[in-house]
Amino acid sequence: MADTPPARVTYDFVTRAIARTLGNPGKGYFALLAAAVALLGVGITCLLFLLRYGLGLAGYSHPVYWAVYITCFVFWVGIAHSGTLISAILFLFRSGWRTAVYRTAEAMTVFAVMTAGLFPLIHIGRQWYFYWLIPYPNERGLWPNFKSPLIWDEFAIGTYFTVSTVFLIMGLIPDIAAVRDLATGWRKKLYAVTAVGWRGTNEQWRHYTRGYLYLAALATPLVLSVHSVVSWDFAMALVPGWHATLFAPYFVAGAIYSGVAMVITLLVPIRKLFHLEELITVHHFENLAKLCLLTGMIVSMSYCTENFTAWFGGNPHERAAFWYRAFGPFWWASWTMNICNGLLPWLLWSKKVRTSVIALFVVSIFVNIGMWFERFVIIVVSLAGEPFERFSNATYNPTWADWGIMAGSFGWFFMWFLLFVKNFPAVSISEVKEVLPAPKRGKAVAA
Amino acid sequence: MKLVNPLAAIFHPPPTPGLLAVFGHLDAAVDAIGRLRAAGHTDFTVYSPVPRHELEDSLDQPVSPVRMFTLVGGISGCAIGAWLTLYMSYDWPVVVGGKPIGSIPPYVVIMFEMTVLFGALSTILGIGFNALFAARRLGTVAYDPRFTNDKFGIFVPSEPARAGQVESLLRGAGAEEVRRA
Repeated sequence: MADTPPARVTYDFVTRAIARTLGNPGKGYFALLAAAVALLGVGITCLLFLLRYGLGLAGYSHPVYWAVYITCFVFWVGIAHSGTLISAILFLFRSGWRTAVYRTAEAMTVFAVMTAGLFPLIHIGRQWYFYWLIPYPNERGLWPNFKSPLIWDEFAIGTYFTVSTVFLIMGLIPDIAAVRDLATGWRKKLYAVTAVGWRGTNEQWRHYTRGYLYLAALATPLVLSVHSVVSWDFAMALVPGWHATLFAPYFVAGAIYSGVAMVITLLVPIRKLFHLEELITVHHFENLAKLCLLTGMIVSMSYCTENFTAWFGGNPHERAAFWYRAFGPFWWASWTMNICNGLLPWLLWSKKVRTSVIALFVVSIFVNIGMWFERFVIIVVSLAGEPFERFSNATYNPTWADWGIMAGSFGWFFMWFLLFVKNFPAVSISEVKEVLPAPKRGKAVAA
Repeated sequence: MKLVNPLAAIFHPPPTPGLLAVFGHLDAAVDAIGRLRAAGHTDFTVYSPVPRHELEDSLDQPVSPVRMFTLVGGISGCAIGAWLTLYMSYDWPVVVGGKPIGSIPPYVVIMFEMTVLFGALSTILGIGFNALFAARRLGTVAYDPRFTNDKFGIFVPSEPARAGQVESLLRGAGAEEVRRA
């Protein structure tokens, strides 16, 4: 069975291999970190200009008032989703292979939601009034409008961020205890505090395993709800191209598709930098590729359904919107999306591609590009081609501030992720051991 | 008068005398648990680097009460979500989109999110409280850093007079080392 690790992968081997990732990571790591921080610097600079001069710096022009920032918001929330899929849904399905990759995916979730959460705040214009979103008793006597999908979104993203952070920290506790017991010096002190007294006693495991199960059971419907709620930000409006019941499952599938691709994009360099080839094998990549293939096929089908409904539904505005999408001034964005998301996943039917780490890395990057453009097409192109606003459609073009802030968001995300993998176990120690054969008497280690 | 630090009383209960056995093999530890239970020991502590069903089965403990925390947290979250949306709508009644002031369908989204949020947070509290209470009950027991790596361990609280008997039991089950703590 492909799941069986080589005989020399024992409990002790796993602990030491993963604890080694906390040592000196070498020049490649610092180069990547420097690049991430530099990108973040670009983003912060653009953001400071935006704060000083206002949203005029963004390329908004009537009727396009939701543009790159909202695109980035949806993109990053989408990236987050596969982490919870791998850590919670596959946990409930008892998939053994998830153990080697779920920590990376879960960390990615938390940092992606952290990144996504910035964009609505950047987008609102008067950023210093962001707390008006929170339902608190105020001098105006007003409350938020709970019939608005934007408020649902705030609750969904807030809950998602809290629950995925809690889930990540929960999983980390036994592993931090394992590295605490190997560490020396200031690291030992740090891990002693963050391991919150974990010793792996039967009482601790008894409550922990139960609690973990319930957290996974709560996170499963949550992850499906979050991107559904994000899709309703659009689907609840009457804009042609948005107003479709297909949106919730379409967005969830797209989110998992892009998220799995991002997991592959992140795991390839991490595995190389930290020498984790024996723990994260080609078998894991192949399974990730299969998830990507499944959700990619759902996304392709959604594209077909969407276009078919626009034509078959007979609504002239809907038809015009989809015609505008494919052949209007933004044809390049639409075709990037169609080629990267509709055609590229078909490559994954080939076992050769699924088992080649390099090929997967390349495909995953194109999937990410495609999924960013999918959101751009849905948001910007639908608004730009809005038939009710025909008299006033100006050309929309993203500005340097838009691109700079988008680049900054990648810097912000990668910076947190790189700091995390260097300072905390990037692969779950206790869960990888769970799928290994336990040491039994008579034989040193069962193979 | 000597002041007692209440936190120390919770997090550092007084040490319990007893024996700490280290096992290199899972089946040896399971065997030892069986023998200890047959000999009438109930309050021993088992250490393991991973949760294993073999250990769970041989210990035969009741299901963790964490599930009640999750249930109560989830139900309260749902109720708070309903209260939040309905109270806030009626406190400043504005008709939006021609819908009733308190319209349940859109509020279900908030109620659902609050169910998950409160359910998850109270699960964490449940794990923390239950683990803490168990540790308080057993006192500070001996530990070995190898238990988070590749060794299994059993700590048996015991009076010095009975220690010899327990030690021979543990060694008989296949303990690699036994030390008095």
